[in-house]
Amino acid sequence: MSQPTIKQVLFDPIFNNNPIGLQILGICSALAVTSNLKTALVMSIALTLVTAFSSMFISMIRKQIPSSIRMIVQMVIIASLVIVVDQVLKAYAYSLSKQLSVFVGLIITNCIVMGRAEAFAMANPPVLSFFDGIGNGLGYSAMLVVLGIIRELFGAGKLMGYTILPVVNDGGWYLPNGMLLLPPSAFFLIGLIIWGLRMWKREQVEKPDFSIAAHSQEKEAY
Amino acid sequence: MEHYISLFVKAVFVENMALAFFLGMCTFIAISKKVETAIGLGIAVVVVQAITVPANNLIYTYLLKDGALAWAGMPEVDLSFLGLLSYIGVIAAIVQILEMLLDKYVPALYNALGVFLPLITVNCAIMGGTLFMVERDYNFAESTVYGLGSGFSWALAIALLAAIREKLKYSDVPQGLQGLGITFITIGLMSLGFMSFSGVQL
Repeated sequence: MSQPTIKQVLFDPIFNNNPIGLQILGICSALAVTSNLKTALVMSIALTLVTAFSSMFISMIRKQIPSSIRMIVQMVIIASLVIVVDQVLKAYAYSLSKQLSVFVGLIITNCIVMGRAEAFAMANPPVLSFFDGIGNGLGYSAMLVVLGIIRELFGAGKLMGYTILPVVNDGGWYLPNGMLLLPPSAFFLIGLIIWGLRMWKREQVEKPDFSIAAHSQEKEAY
Repeated sequence: MEHYISLFVKAVFVENMALAFFLGMCTFIAISKKVETAIGLGIAVVVVQAITVPANNLIYTYLLKDGALAWAGMPEVDLSFLGLLSYIGVIAAIVQILEMLLDKYVPALYNALGVFLPLITVNCAIMGGTLFMVERDYNFAESTVYGLGSGFSWALAIALLAAIREKLKYSDVPQGLQGLGITFITIGLMSLGFMSFSGVQL
């Protein structure tokens, strides 16, 4: 098997193999934190760092880990890194960490981190694994930031807390779409983004389980 | 008693794990193609959740909380930063023990749950239940009820989604939307439906 290059592992996950769009990983936290851009950004940075460093550390000791307990070893490494992130956030951005509430802790069970550790870091050298972690983190971040921008801009007329579209209540002209701040909108947006992505990259389209028979025409159906 | 019933109903409907907090989404989407497997996984989650949340509650109150080690003569120790590590350890251990116990004593149930048990360790809904329990400072009885309720809420949501998806596979969905895309939009609609509970005051 040929080694993938750093550039490949860094940029592939963003469009071609997006962890959220294609692999269905790490959606758990992707939705709850995207109602404004700031939390989405912090969450993306936290996840990218955790994925990158956990992949690197796991890759460093990958030859020493007995395969029967590798899950637990990976868990411990990931959990320790998440604790570091959690403590740093509590120390330097307390109100933000309150907003993110349990979702920082949930990075531990985020499938992206575990998935990359298991699928990539266990078989590749540390530097490459580090960049693979960054790449997948970026793929996740891209999705989160897009969602955050759409939801905050059109839901509240703001970006990062600054007013972009002055809303009607404050004497402006923009009537905010409150629906976008609610949880279900995140699902719709992700569904639509996936649709767009698959129209662009046709090979990602899933095969239907059943298809309409080719020669049943509309008028024959009556 | 009324307090516990309202806590249970709130955990199931108002604060539905999957549809209001988006927890456990990875498995929620991956394993909801068939009603049968979805219900199997749902039951496993209820069982594990109902055991791990109270267990973690005990660990939190007697070992980790600020001043919790007073019974051991160390009232000034605050180990709450170790929380995340211990909760995930407890969850992994309980899932492992449960797997061995079921294998030995209830093989029928073990076979029914099959591969889902180990999967549960990385289910965010389980971890999320524990973290919410800590954040909201539930006591032991409350956390038992909450564990049961939140597990049930997740099981309910996955069974419903699987039922919809089973019907959905016969429908003619636009090409790029097939599979994942339409599933997301379905979940969005379900979540919209569950939002109607959010006005309920208990």
